[in-house]
Amino acid sequence: MQVNFKLNGTPVVVDVEPRMHLADCLRDELRQTGTHLGCEHGVCGACTVIVDGAAIRSCLMLAVQAEGSSIVTVEGLSTEEALTPLQTAFRKHHALQCGFCTPGMLTTAHALLADEPDADADRIRGVLSGNLCRCTGYIPIIDAVLDARAAYRKIDKP
Amino acid sequence: MIGTNRYIGSPVERIEDLRFLRGRGEFVGDLQRGGMLHAAILRSPIAHGRIRGLDSEPARAIPGVRAVITAAEIGAVPSIPLRLLPLPGTERFLQPVIATGRLRYVGEPIAVVLADSAARAEDGVGAIVLDVEELPPVADRRVSGRHEILLFEESGTNLAMTFTGVLGDAEAAFRDAPYVRRECFEVQRHTALPMEPRGLLAEWDSTQQRMRVLGAAKVPFFNRDTLAAMLGLAPASVDLIENDVGGGFGARGEFYPEDFLIPFAARHVGRPVRWLEDRREHLTAMNHARQADCEVEIACRRDGTILGMRGEIFVDLGAYVRTNGLIQPRTLAQCFSGPYRVPNLHMVVRALLTNKTPSGTYRGPGRYEASFFCERLIELAAVDLGLDSAEMRRRNLIGAAEMPYKLARLEPGGAAVDTECDSGDYGEVLERCLAEFAWEEKRTLQGRLIDGRYHGIAVACFIEGAGAGPKESARLELEPDGTVAVYVGSAAVGQGLETVMAQVAADTLGTPIDLVRVFHGSTPYLNEGYGAFASRSTVLGGSAVYEGAKSLLEKIRGAAAARLGGPPDDIELVDGRARTRDGRSLSFADLAADGLRVDATFQNNNKLTYTYGSAVAHVAVDLGTGQVEVLDFLVVEDVGRIVNPLTLHGQAIGGVVQGLGGAFMENLVYDANGQLLTGTLADYLIPTASDFPRIRAIALENHPSPSNPLGVKGAGEGPIIPVGGLMANAVGNALASFGAMPNQLPLSPARVWRMGAEAPVENLGKNARAEPVSDAAGPGRSQIRR
Amino acid sequence: MKPAPFEYQAPATLREAVDLLASDPEAMVIAGGQSLMPLLALRLATPSLLVDLRRVPGLDAIAIDDSGIRLGARVRWRDIEDDRRLETAHPLLRETIAQVAHYQIRNRGTVGGSLAHADPAAELPGIAVTCDAELTLVGVAGTRMVRAGDFFTGPLTTVRQHDEIITELHLPFWPSGRRWAFREFAQRRGDFSLAGIALFYGEDQEGRVANAHVGVIGACDRPQRLMEVEALLNGRFIDEGLIREAAETSARTVDPPEDLHAPAAYRRALVATLIERGLRSAAQHRSA
Repeated sequence: MQVNFKLNGTPVVVDVEPRMHLADCLRDELRQTGTHLGCEHGVCGACTVIVDGAAIRSCLMLAVQAEGSSIVTVEGLSTEEALTPLQTAFRKHHALQCGFCTPGMLTTAHALLADEPDADADRIRGVLSGNLCRCTGYIPIIDAVLDARAAYRKIDKP
Repeated sequence: MIGTNRYIGSPVERIEDLRFLRGRGEFVGDLQRGGMLHAAILRSPIAHGRIRGLDSEPARAIPGVRAVITAAEIGAVPSIPLRLLPLPGTERFLQPVIATGRLRYVGEPIAVVLADSAARAEDGVGAIVLDVEELPPVADRRVSGRHEILLFEESGTNLAMTFTGVLGDAEAAFRDAPYVRRECFEVQRHTALPMEPRGLLAEWDSTQQRMRVLGAAKVPFFNRDTLAAMLGLAPASVDLIENDVGGGFGARGEFYPEDFLIPFAARHVGRPVRWLEDRREHLTAMNHARQADCEVEIACRRDGTILGMRGEIFVDLGAYVRTNGLIQPRTLAQCFSGPYRVPNLHMVVRALLTNKTPSGTYRGPGRYEASFFCERLIELAAVDLGLDSAEMRRRNLIGAAEMPYKLARLEPGGAAVDTECDSGDYGEVLERCLAEFAWEEKRTLQGRLIDGRYHGIAVACFIEGAGAGPKESARLELEPDGTVAVYVGSAAVGQGLETVMAQVAADTLGTPIDLVRVFHGSTPYLNEGYGAFASRSTVLGGSAVYEGAKSLLEKIRGAAAARLGGPPDDIELVDGRARTRDGRSLSFADLAADGLRVDATFQNNNKLTYTYGSAVAHVAVDLGTGQVEVLDFLVVEDVGRIVNPLTLHGQAIGGVVQGLGGAFMENLVYDANGQLLTGTLADYLIPTASDFPRIRAIALENHPSPSNPLGVKGAGEGPIIPVGGLMANAVGNALASFGAMPNQLPLSPARVWRMGAEAPVENLGKNARAEPVSDAAGPGRSQIRR
Repeated sequence: MKPAPFEYQAPATLREAVDLLASDPEAMVIAGGQSLMPLLALRLATPSLLVDLRRVPGLDAIAIDDSGIRLGARVRWRDIEDDRRLETAHPLLRETIAQVAHYQIRNRGTVGGSLAHADPAAELPGIAVTCDAELTLVGVAGTRMVRAGDFFTGPLTTVRQHDEIITELHLPFWPSGRRWAFREFAQRRGDFSLAGIALFYGEDQEGRVANAHVGVIGACDRPQRLMEVEALLNGRFIDEGLIREAAETSARTVDPPEDLHAPAAYRRALVATLIERGLRSAAQHRSA
C-alpha cells in the first residue's frame, strides 16, 4: 500500500505491506535509523516518535496509519551545527551511555517540554517512566530534562 | 607517571554522545547490505525432548523464503567451547550450535529460515512442521540433583561442576564456636537485559574466502578464533567488527549458537545475512544469570567477631555450560566472604544442569549472590548478638594492615588461581559512607512505624575483583591529518570507552583531546585483543594505551629532534605540536610522514585489582501493598584513580539501579514444564524512572592500584554487588517486629506483604530471639545455638 | 516479532466498517492499536483484515449534558485528560484515566479499544461497571445498548458480536457533593495493576451513606461491583469501624486469580487495603 506523510518536514511516499509498523518503515524504508526497536510490543519506548505533535510508540502504529500525518523523529530534533539545548543538557549530565534508549528519551522529553516547559521532576519522571533504560539508572536523564526546561520556556515567550 | 593532567580526572563530556544524540549511532540493526537476506530462528517449544521429524517444505513454499538450514545442512555440528574455566569434564555439557536431535531448553535453536524480509522469515518459522517427543523436564535444581532424569545420559550426571572454597579449618571453628546460625537463602533467576537485543550481519566473500561479521561485542578476538575454527578457516580470514553496542553487562558478546549459525548461513547461500533478535526470543536465548540457593552458616564469638562460614550452594546453570557459565559458581566459592575477615571457610558450590536457558555472567557474577547470602548471615548474627549493623561490619572488615589479603583457596585450581585483595583501607570507606548517611541519627528509625510505613536501614560492604588479565593491546599512530589514531583491543558496550581512552592518550601526549581518535574492538585493528569483561577496559586497555602513548611520545620527540636539532629530551609536546626550547616546532601532521607508530601491550599476570566500598540504605515498607520505597541509597567506593568522574558516576548509578531491579522485581519464572512464563517485558519487570529516584554515589581515590601505571581499579561492577543483601537487610530491619526473614529475592510486593501478614509481636528487642522464625513461604530453616 | 500478514482497510463510514467486519469472520477492528498491536506482534491474534476506524466521523467527541458524559469510542485518554470540564463533570473518570498506562500510550489508546479488549485490570472498564455506564454497539442488525455490568463476561471476553463496533460509552450524570475515590496498585507506575478499586457514594440528609457504588479491577476475571460491600455501607455513617468492615468484606467477596505476579491471598489483602484507603480518602473530600 502506498502511504504519504511528512517526515521531519519533508513529504515522503512509501509502499509497504499493511503489517509493517511505523518504526520499521522509518528505519528500513526511509533509512532513518535513529528510532530504535527494543521490544516491539509497546513497553520500552525506544521507538518513540512525535506524530502530529504527540509522542507515540512507533512499534504500536502501522505505517499505513500514518497517512497524512506529520512525523518528527530524533533526526528531526537535530541540526547539523550545534547540539540543541536538550541534546546539550543530555551530554552535560551524562544522560546516555550505550545510546540505545536515547532517541526515545529525547523525543518524549521534547514533546513533554514543548507542551509543559514548567514540568517538575515528578512529572518528568512520571512521563519518562514509559521509557526503559538499562545503563544510566535514569537520574542523570531527569537532571538533563530539568536543565533543558529553560530553553523551552524561552521559546514559549510571545 | 603522568604530569599535570588536563583530561584525566576531569568530567570530560563524551565523544560518543555526538552521534548518539543525533540518532546517528550505528547499531547492527541499522546496517543493510545489497542482496541481504533476513534470518529468523525456529526454537524449541519444549523444555526437554527429541526432534522426531521436521518438515520445512511449507516454509520454503512461502514466496520470499529462500532457504531453511537445519543440522542436516551443517553436517558435523560443532559445539561451543568454554572461554573461561574450561575444566576437565565440562566438554560433556557443551552446547551444539544447533539442535541435532535432543532438545534441552525452550528456545534452543532448531532451524534457521532465510527470507527477503524479517517478517517473511518469521512466517517461514511459523510454517515449519515440527514433530517432537517430550521427555519429562528437569524443571529445577532439586529435580536435577536427584540425577534421575539426565540431560546428558552418557555423562551419568546432571552435576556440571563442583567448586570448593577453603580457608583455615571450618570444622574446628564451628565445633568450638559460642554462636552459630544456619539459614537458607535464595537468589532468583534473572538476566542482564540490555536495551538493544542482539544482532549479527554476516558477509561471505567467496572470491577472497573471507568471512566478515558485524555486531560483535565484548570479546571479538576469542569469538573470531572460535568462529574461524568452526568454519574451517584461518583466523586471519575472519573479521569481527564491533559497531555501536546497546549495552552488554556481561551477557552480550559471548559466543552463542547464532554467532555460528548466521555466518554459516551467509556462506551457505552466498548472500549477506542479517539476524535481529526480538525481545521475546531474547528472554529465552540470551544468557540467564544469578539463580542460586544455599544452606549456609556463620560462627562467631560473642563480641561479633566472625570465626567462620560454611555451607552448600546450588547454582541452577540451565541446560548447557556456556562460554563463561562457570564463573558464577567459581566466584561464589572463592569470594563468598567478600571484604570480610573470615579466617575459616568451607563453601561447596554445585552447578547443576536443568532444562532452562543456559546461564552466564551478569555484572558482578557470583558476587551479587554471595553478597546477599553473606550479608544476610552477618546481619542475623548482629541482631542475635545485640550488635549494631555498622559495628558488626567494622569489626570484621579486612584491615589495611592485612593487605594483601588472600581469599579462599579454590578447588579445582589450587594455588595457581589464588587471588588476594591487593590494597586499600576498607574501614576508611565504611566510615565515610556511614558519616555521609548520618548512620547514628538514622538508627533511631530502625523498625519504627511512621505514617503507616515501617522504616529500616542497613549497611553492606563489597569488593570487586577487576581487571581480569592476561593483557590488552593497543596501537597508536600519527595520521597524515595530524590526528593520533588509537587502536585498542578493548570493546565498547556503552561505558564510554572511546572517551576514557582518548583522555589517557591525550594527556600522555600533551595533545588536545579532539586530535585523538579511538578505534576499538574490531579484529582487523590489532593482532590480538581480549575485550571488555570483569571491569578491565580502563585497567588493561587504559594501561596499554598509556604505555603506547609514552612510547609514541618518545618516538615523536626523537623524530622532531632529528629534524629540528637538539636532544630529544628538549622537545616538548604542546597542543599537537613538537616544540624545541627556543620555540621552533613541527605539527603532528608534519611528522606523520615519518611513519610514527607504536604497538603496546599491558600484562597483569592475571592478577586482579580490587575496588572496594560500602553502601547504606533507608527504606520504608508499606505492608498494605507490600511496596518498599527506597528513601535513600548511598554507595561509596575507592576506585584507586578516577579517569572520568562523569562516566564513573554513571556506572555506579546504573549498576545500583540494576541491582535494585534484581532485589525487588526482576524474575525469570519457569513453570513445572520448563516453560518460561515471563516471556515479554510486560512480565519481566525492570526499573523505570519512577522507581528509584534517590541514589547517591561517591567515588574516592584513596589507594591507587599498585598493579598498573594508571593506578586505576575497575569500576563497572562494584556498586551492584551489595544491593540485594542491603535491601533484604533493610526490609528485615524494618519488619523486625514481625520476625520477618527476607531470605529470598526478589522482594516482590506479595512476598513483603506476607512477611507482615502475622500480627506484630510485642516488645521484640534487639537481643536474640528465643525462637527462630523462618519465612513461611521460603526454604528458611534456621537454627540457633547459644 | 512481526505480525502475520493481513489486509487493511480504513473505511470512511461506520456502515462500511460494520459491513467489512460482517463479511469476514477473521476481520478485526483497530483504532489506537495500543492493545491490539502487541497481540499482533506476538502472533496471538492473526486477523485476515484490519478495519481501521481512523476515518470514521463522529466517534471522537466528549459530550457533556444533563444525561451525563458521552465518550465517543475514538476518544483518547489524552483527550479526557485535556478536557477541563471533566474536573467537575466527572472527577472520578478524570482521576482514573490520568493513571492509565504511560504518556505515549495515552496519546493513542482509546475508550472503545479498552472496552473491546476487556483486560480484567483495565481502568475504564472498571469505571464503566462501577458507574453503571452504558455502551452503544452498532452492527448489521442495528444499534443496541448494553449495560457495562452485562458487557464483560470474562478475561478479554465481552458480549460484543463479531460484526459490532462500540461507538460510545455513556456515563450517568455525576451530581456534585459526591464522595469518591480511585485507588490502584502496581509494582511499577503505569503497569496493569495487581488490583484497583473505584468507589463513590452520596449522603442522605443525616449524612449516612447512600447509593454506594464500589467496583474492583484486577482481582477478578472481569471488573465487578462489590454488592455486599455496597449493601454494608448504605444507610450507615462512615467511621473507622465501618471502613474496616468494608475492607474485610471486600477481601472475602473477591475471587482473585493466582498468577505469576501475585497469589490470590495477596490480592485479597490488597483489595482490602485499597478499599480501606479509598473510603478514608472519600470520607475526607467530596466533589465540587
